[in-house]
Amino acid sequence: MKTDDLIKVLGADTATAAMPLQRSWRMALVIAVVLAGVAFFAMLGPRADIADAMHHSRFLFKFVLTVGLAASAWAAARALSRPEGGAGLWWIAVVPALLVGAIVLEMSAMPADRWRGLMMGSNSRLCLTFIPLIGIGPLAAFIVALRHGAPARPGLSGAVAGLLAGGVAATFYAAHCVDDSPLFVAVWYGLAIAGLSAAGAVAAKVWVRW
Amino acid sequence: MTGVQGQDEAVMAALLKASLAGDEQAYTDFLRRAAALVRAFVRHRTRAGGVDAEDVVQETLLALHLKRHTWNQDRPVAPWLYAIARYKLIDAFRRRGRRIEVDIGDFADNLAAPEDEAQLSERDLSRVLDSLAPGQRSVVSSISVDGRSIGETAAALGMNETAVRVALHRGLKAIAKRFGQG
Repeated sequence: MKTDDLIKVLGADTATAAMPLQRSWRMALVIAVVLAGVAFFAMLGPRADIADAMHHSRFLFKFVLTVGLAASAWAAARALSRPEGGAGLWWIAVVPALLVGAIVLEMSAMPADRWRGLMMGSNSRLCLTFIPLIGIGPLAAFIVALRHGAPARPGLSGAVAGLLAGGVAATFYAAHCVDDSPLFVAVWYGLAIAGLSAAGAVAAKVWVRW
Repeated sequence: MTGVQGQDEAVMAALLKASLAGDEQAYTDFLRRAAALVRAFVRHRTRAGGVDAEDVVQETLLALHLKRHTWNQDRPVAPWLYAIARYKLIDAFRRRGRRIEVDIGDFADNLAAPEDEAQLSERDLSRVLDSLAPGQRSVVSSISVDGRSIGETAAALGMNETAVRVALHRGLKAIAKRFGQG
């Protein structure tokens, strides 16, 4: 097959312009937030004492973490969806670093015999169930956006898309969850989000080929 | 012609921008230059084993085409272009059960292949066409083999131009998918 014949054919196919990558990501984000919101309000809803909880820094700090994770993964996923992308990946380390700082503060503020109780919380199973359930729809939306792009590292891109879906899902779930200690968040939110990230890596390896 | 530096980068970026705005002439020009650059990039990296360089050039051109919306117009073309070539090169080796490391750090030093280099892949065009659905096959073959334009193809096949464009685009996606299977 002559390369020039191929070029002739490609040259004739300029009318069908694909959606710009930035717009497809923005669409995916809107769809993800809607899907997560619908799933959250249909299945859980916010905790009963949310008005009171708003005055507590531990509760509010959960949102710093979840929104921070979503924001950093958002930047990284969009960069990774371009063939040469990869810049901006280190932003993902910011939230874990914040969480480590919060754990140190928590452990110095709380007596050692309470650490275990704070970490186990009262709702770990709920957390492990609902963060993935709320996040699966968003993950699907982000995988579609990755397919529209051209990531040179599909597995890594999918893992980051999973973190993004996890960040979105955990932001909603945190409004329901009554366990506010960073010890609880690190273990159970961490596990649930890691699960979504692993699912994203596998899904992208299967579906994001170009 | 040297590798993508300075002037060439500016030319490539201008051509690709014009292409994205619908300029077919600029696009063909862009693809010819891209093919020469990719050929040079791929050629000495495929010398060692079982991969036809021109196959990879054609796979890369198809990917450049189908993924041209992933180029960020504020960024240089070369890193984007070589990242796609690298991905397709690694993919070609992977399909043949081999792993390779491809360094694109030195892409600026690549020299475009001379024009008399064979620009023919081992793939047989008729076999590629045979893998397409009949409607797509007649459109792609009319443009590639008979050298017709979209309008001429539409007239020859008794279709409207939109249908020709749709069949062409779907046909190219199908070819890309088939290329990816080996």
